[in-house]
Amino acid sequence: MIPKPTVGGDAETTPRTQAQSSPTGDVASSKTSPAGDPAESIAPPRSTDAVLETHNLSVYYTNLLALREITIAIPRNRITALIGPSGCGKSTLLRCFNRMNDLIPGARSEGHLWFEGVDIAASSTDPVTLRRRIGMVFQRPNPFPKTIYQNVAWGARINGYQGDMDELVERSLRRAALWDEVKGKLRKSGLELSGGQQQRLCIARTLAVEPEVILMDEPCSALDPVSTARVEDLMDDLKDEYTIVIVTHNMQQARRVSDMTACLMPDEASADGHRTGVLAEFSPTDRLFTNPKDPRTEAYITGRIG
Amino acid sequence: MTNKTEPETNRSAWSGPSRLRSAQGAVTALVLFGCALITIVTTFLILGVLGGETISFFRVSKIGLIEFFSGTEIDFKSARPRFGLPPLIWGTFVIAVGASLVALPIGLLSAIFLSEYAPERLRRVLKPTLELLAGIPTIVYGYLALTVITPWLQSVLAPLGIRVEQFNAFSGCVVVGIMIVPLVSSLSEDVLSAAPRSLREAGYALGATKFEVATRIVLPASFSGVAASFILAISRAIGETMAVVLAAGSLAQIKLNPFTSIETMTAYIVAVTNGEASYGSPEYLSLFAVGITLFFMTLCLNMLSGAVIRRYREATP
Ligand SMILES: Nc1ncnc2c1ncn2[C@@H]1O[C@H](COP(=O)(O)OP(=O)(O)OP(=O)(O)O)[C@@H](O)[C@H]1O
Ligand SMILES: [Mg+2]
Repeated sequence: MIPKPTVGGDAETTPRTQAQSSPTGDVASSKTSPAGDPAESIAPPRSTDAVLETHNLSVYYTNLLALREITIAIPRNRITALIGPSGCGKSTLLRCFNRMNDLIPGARSEGHLWFEGVDIAASSTDPVTLRRRIGMVFQRPNPFPKTIYQNVAWGARINGYQGDMDELVERSLRRAALWDEVKGKLRKSGLELSGGQQQRLCIARTLAVEPEVILMDEPCSALDPVSTARVEDLMDDLKDEYTIVIVTHNMQQARRVSDMTACLMPDEASADGHRTGVLAEFSPTDRLFTNPKDPRTEAYITGRIG
Repeated sequence: MTNKTEPETNRSAWSGPSRLRSAQGAVTALVLFGCALITIVTTFLILGVLGGETISFFRVSKIGLIEFFSGTEIDFKSARPRFGLPPLIWGTFVIAVGASLVALPIGLLSAIFLSEYAPERLRRVLKPTLELLAGIPTIVYGYLALTVITPWLQSVLAPLGIRVEQFNAFSGCVVVGIMIVPLVSSLSEDVLSAAPRSLREAGYALGATKFEVATRIVLPASFSGVAASFILAISRAIGETMAVVLAAGSLAQIKLNPFTSIETMTAYIVAVTNGEASYGSPEYLSLFAVGITLFFMTLCLNMLSGAVIRRYREATP
């Protein structure tokens, strides 16, 4: 096992682009309604135990407000689930964390966004380095049209991995619980695998880059229950070393795997029917599902909205 | 019981299209078959004419196959006619290779630029502009070579002691190359931008730069289409006539110096057609022998492109 860089200390030493004003109270977590004092412009990360933090983050697609004033802190070495009805902006929020929205013309964000205390959205932050440290698994399996081996090795190779590539490929595939199924056919195309295997291949590919955070956008939505169970077991294993954020439509899955759950909800529809996502509730998973504080959350998890 | 009546209604609903509609279907199939037949018949007729006249060429001229494939002289004026294909093949080869050297890199790079780097607005202006190049009559390119490129080459190279003939292979390669750039760039751009966004996102999510995504994901994933555009462009260079005649002349010779004249197969055909070769003479008949060679060369290229695409498809289902 390659020792992962200890990132805990970074937060204190990394120069922040924002002013280091005194911590401004309880803005960063566990609020039941979207935090919203627009006058308050800067909130430095409150705790070093949060890997990713946002403060009053709003995201637009051209002129469309997709997310409004999201304030959330993703805890280290935990699994955080994002739930909410379709179109409320879960993927949008996830894609802010690794600046994937940069690739969408017209997408822009306001507010603050930190990774280990560094302003993610700042122009001085290199999205390429950021994405190397924050990996992502997509909703639909998207292996490269290359061999299984190359699929896993590709990311590591472009990131200048110097070690034993065979060993890295094997280790990553093992961690993704795929090794036993593919060890005899590493030179076969990744596209010849089943959907569930392809998704685990994509996870292996992400692990091979050795990121610190893994963002997963509905990773199991195309998988059967057996593959889903495997991926869930895998997430549990990975928790010790990684911080995981997972978007899911499956309430049971959120309850099974996550430590914290954020429930996003569309607010009242505007005149043209477009709805903007807001953070309804962010609590420990047990509490959110057994004793939701927000009526919208309660309605959603009991199946009355969605 | 409603269950009993259902199969009956089903039967009438599924009993097939009405008579009028089946007649329509039959007529459509017939017309389509007829069209396909016309193409096939035409191809075979052309091949038949070429083949027949080629045979009479060998009979009338008394030129053997060995001389035909290895001779380096073309002369129908003397008592015993001489004809060798190699100078013409050489000329065609030089143009094809030289034009490819110009067009494939420029075309591919502009395709990558257009599909991966150019902002949407720029792309919408640039792509049609490039395609405009393909609409210029080829004779204009020949003129461009004769009146701009060659004089320029002469003035640049004269001080270095390199003599550039008025008709030279180099200018021919350059203009034919420029001419086929839009073919490569436009077709390649189509296939590159058709590569799924999910693949690009996968690359970026692993920390790849734009360049790495373009050259190491998108390009390999679109390989078959890019290769097809290359082969199409090379076929076009081989078939090009007027620009080559004006730029590179028609002097059948094998010389390594690119600043001397060459003659391609198509240029030869033009020259003979314009000349005073009488009907049925060996010189006239040689047209068909050259024509059939050209036919097989392009056929081979087409089969090659088919094989490349198929082989690649097999490797990546
Ligand atoms: N590329 C885009 N361009 C414009 N609008 C977009 C784009 N992507 C998403 N949106 C809009 O942003 C809103 C949030 O979309 P998002 O994909 O984040 O929702 P989601 O919660 O992930 O939904 P789902 O559960 O269906 O995946 C939607 O209203 C959607 O129409
Ligand atoms: Mg989504």
